[in-house]
Amino acid sequence: MTDTNDTRPHIPLGLAKRGYTGVIQHLSAREAGSALSDIELESRLIELGFVEGARVEVLHEGLVGRDPIAVRVDSITIAVRRREAMAIIVA
Amino acid sequence: MELPLLHLALVGTPNSGKTSLFNALTGSRQKVANYPGVTVERKEGFFVTPQGRQVSVVDLPGTYSLRGRSPDEEITRDFVLGKASGESVPDLVLCVADATNLRLTIRLLLELKRTGRPMVLVLNMFDIAARRGITVDVERLAKELGLPVVTSIAVRKGGTADLLRLTDEISAKIAAEAEANSWRALSVAELRATQREADRIIADCVSLPARPDTWTARIDAVVLHPVCGLMVLTLILFVMFQAVFAWAQPAMDLLKSSFDALGELVRATLPDGLLQSFLQNGVISGVGSVIVFLPQIILIFLFILLLEDFGYMARAAFLMDRIMGGAGLHGRAFIPLLSSFACAIPGIMATRVIDNKRDRLTTILIAPLMTCSARIPVYTLIISAFIPAKDVWGFINLQGLVMFGLYAAGIASALIVSFLIKFFMLRDYAPAPFMLELPDYKMPRLKSIAIGIYTRAKMFLVRAGTTIFSMMVLIWFLASFPQPPAGATEPAIDFSLAAIIGKALEPLLAPVGFNWQIAVALIPGMAAREVAVAALGTVYAIEGGKEAAEQIGQVLATKWSLATALSMLAWYIFAPQCASTLAVIRRETGSWTWMAVTFTYMLVLAYAASLLTYNVAVALGAG
Ligand SMILES: Nc1nc2c(ncn2[C@@H]2O[C@H](COP(=O)(O)OP(=O)(O)OP(=O)(O)O)[C@@H](O)[C@H]2O)c(=O)[nH]1
Ligand SMILES: [Mg+2]
Repeated sequence: MTDTNDTRPHIPLGLAKRGYTGVIQHLSAREAGSALSDIELESRLIELGFVEGARVEVLHEGLVGRDPIAVRVDSITIAVRRREAMAIIVA
Repeated sequence: MELPLLHLALVGTPNSGKTSLFNALTGSRQKVANYPGVTVERKEGFFVTPQGRQVSVVDLPGTYSLRGRSPDEEITRDFVLGKASGESVPDLVLCVADATNLRLTIRLLLELKRTGRPMVLVLNMFDIAARRGITVDVERLAKELGLPVVTSIAVRKGGTADLLRLTDEISAKIAAEAEANSWRALSVAELRATQREADRIIADCVSLPARPDTWTARIDAVVLHPVCGLMVLTLILFVMFQAVFAWAQPAMDLLKSSFDALGELVRATLPDGLLQSFLQNGVISGVGSVIVFLPQIILIFLFILLLEDFGYMARAAFLMDRIMGGAGLHGRAFIPLLSSFACAIPGIMATRVIDNKRDRLTTILIAPLMTCSARIPVYTLIISAFIPAKDVWGFINLQGLVMFGLYAAGIASALIVSFLIKFFMLRDYAPAPFMLELPDYKMPRLKSIAIGIYTRAKMFLVRAGTTIFSMMVLIWFLASFPQPPAGATEPAIDFSLAAIIGKALEPLLAPVGFNWQIAVALIPGMAAREVAVAALGTVYAIEGGKEAAEQIGQVLATKWSLATALSMLAWYIFAPQCASTLAVIRRETGSWTWMAVTFTYMLVLAYAASLLTYNVAVALGAG
C-alpha cells in the first residue's frame, strides 16, 4: 500500500463513516466475504459504477449497525451493505 | 407495397423512463413509477410513425448488463439476444438513458453494441437535464458512439417527436445493416474497460454543473436519517391506514345510501317474486355491498401511488433492509411487500427483481399475508358493526386503531413466518447482497396518478361486475332454491341448497365460532375475498325476507356474537381466500408444490388463529 504521509490511507469503503469522501483506488472482492463469488461481486460493483477513479461520498447510514450505507458514486446514489462495500478500496 | 412491421425494443438501465416512453409512443397505460425495477414483464404495443410505417415496440425490464442475474433481467437478455421462444430479434434497439445520469447506460450501450443490432441512444428526461444545467454535445456523442442519438421527454406532449422522425429515417435503410452477434458474457476486465470507455466519452461530450439535485439531498437528510427516517416511515404507514378508515367514510355513506335507495326502488316498483328477490337481494345487496368500498380502495392506491411516484419506495427499502434482514428477508423484498397492501398479485410479480432464489421464494410465500385491499371490505364491515367509533387518547379513532392492528398483525405474522422459513428450511443461508439505486425525488405527476387511480378503480368495478356478480348469482340461486314446500313454517332459506351445504360444513367451523351462513360465504369467497361480504349480504337479505331492509352491518351486529366477529377477523388475516393469488404463486415459482405449501400453511394459521381468538373471547365473556 502507498501509505505515506502525503497520500491518504487506503481503506475499504465498508469502514468509512458518514460524510467520508474519497476516490476509488481498486476493487478487492476477496476482502468482502460476500455471499457472491468474487467475480460476480466485482462485476456487479462495476456495473453500478464502482470503478477506479470514481468519486464516492458516504451520504447516509442505516440504524442497525450503521448498515446499509447510501453512497454517492459520481452522479448517482447507490445503497449497499457494508459487507459488500468492503470490496471497494478508497482513499 | 405494405412494408413489414418494424420491431423496436426498449432497453436501458432501470428507472430511465422506458415505460414512460412506451406509453407515450403507443398510448398505453403501463405502470410507471420512480424506483428501479417497476417493469418485470415484456409488453408489446403498436404505433404508426408520422410517415405511416407500422411499428411494434416492446417494453422490457431495466437492466445494468446483459448477464441476466434475476428473472426480470433474464427476460431482457433473452429478448435482446433473440433467445426468447418464438421471438425474432428486434430490428432496432432503442437504448433509453436518463440524461441526468449517463454513466451506467453508456456502459450498457457499449455492451449492447456487441449484439450487432442496429441501435439508437435516446437521451430521455432531457427536461430535467436542462433544468439542472447539464449540457450534452449530442452530435459529438453520436460520433463517438457510432450511432444516432436523440433527446426525448417521455412525459411531455410532443416530447417524442424527434425519436419518431429518426425512426422513420432509420427504418428506410435498416435491412442492410444487420451485423453478426458477437456478444458473450463480459469478463471483469472487459466490464471495467467498457466503464472506462464510457467515462471517457462522457467526459468529452457532457458538461455537468457542480450542483446536484439539492432538493433530494435536503429531503434525504431527514428521510434517510437513521432515527427520523424510521419515524417518518412509521408515520406514513400509520396515516395511510387511519386515512383508509376515517377519510373514506363520507363517500362510503353516500354510496351506501344510494344502494339502499335503489333497493327500495326495486322493491316498490317490481311485483313480489323471484325477479324482485334476484335484483334486490342478489344484485343490489350483494354486489352493492362490495362497491361501497370503492372509496377506501381508491385511498389506499392513492397513498401507494404517491409514494411510488415521489421516489420514496427505494428509500423505504434502504431503511428496512437490516430490520427485515433480522427476519430473514432481503431489503429488495420491501417494495413487493408494500405493493401487496394493494394486491398480492402485482406484489408477487414484483419479486422478480430479487436475484437470490431463496429470498425470492420466501417473499412470495409471505406476500399473501400482507393486508391486501380485498380484505378491507371484510375488515371494515365487521369493525363498523362491532367496534364502537369512539376516540382513544383524544385523537385516535378506535375503529382506525383496530384496522391498524389488523394490518400490523399481517405484517408481524409475515415476519414470523419468514423467520421460521429461514430458521428451519434454509439453515445454511448467507445473506445475499443488497444493492439498489436511490433515484432523485420527482414531483408526482397529477396525470399519472389520475391514470393509476382510474385503472385500479376500473379493475375493481369490473371485478365487481364479473367475478363478484357471477358468484352472487350463484349464491342467490343456492340460497333461493329449492323453494320451501307449501305451508312450511320455518324460514324459506332453511330449505335451500345453501343451508344444506352450510350446515354440512358447520361442524368443521363450529369450533372457531362460525355459523352456517359464514360457512357458505367462505366458499365463493375463494374467488375473491370481498365476495364473502357480498355473499353474507345476500344470504342474510334472503333470510330476513323482504321486511329486512337493514344494512348488512346491522344484521351482523344482531346475529353474531362479538367472539364470532373477532374470530372472523382473525380468519381473514391468514386465510388463503384468493384463487388468483394461488395461481400466480404457481406460475411464478413454477411449481404446484409451493402453491400447495402456501395454501396449507395459511389455512392452518387461519384455523389456529380463529380457534384461539374465539375461545379466548368466549372465556372473556364475549360469546
Ligand atoms: N421529468 C421527466 N420525468 C420522466 C421522464 N421520463 C420518465 N420520467 C419519470 O421517471 C420515472 C421512471 O419512469 P419509468 O418509465 O417507470 O422508468 P422505466 O425505465 O420503465 O423503469 P423500470 O421499469 O424500473 O426499468 C417516473 O417517475 C417517470 O414519471 C421525462 O422525460 N421527464
Ligand atoms: Mg418500466
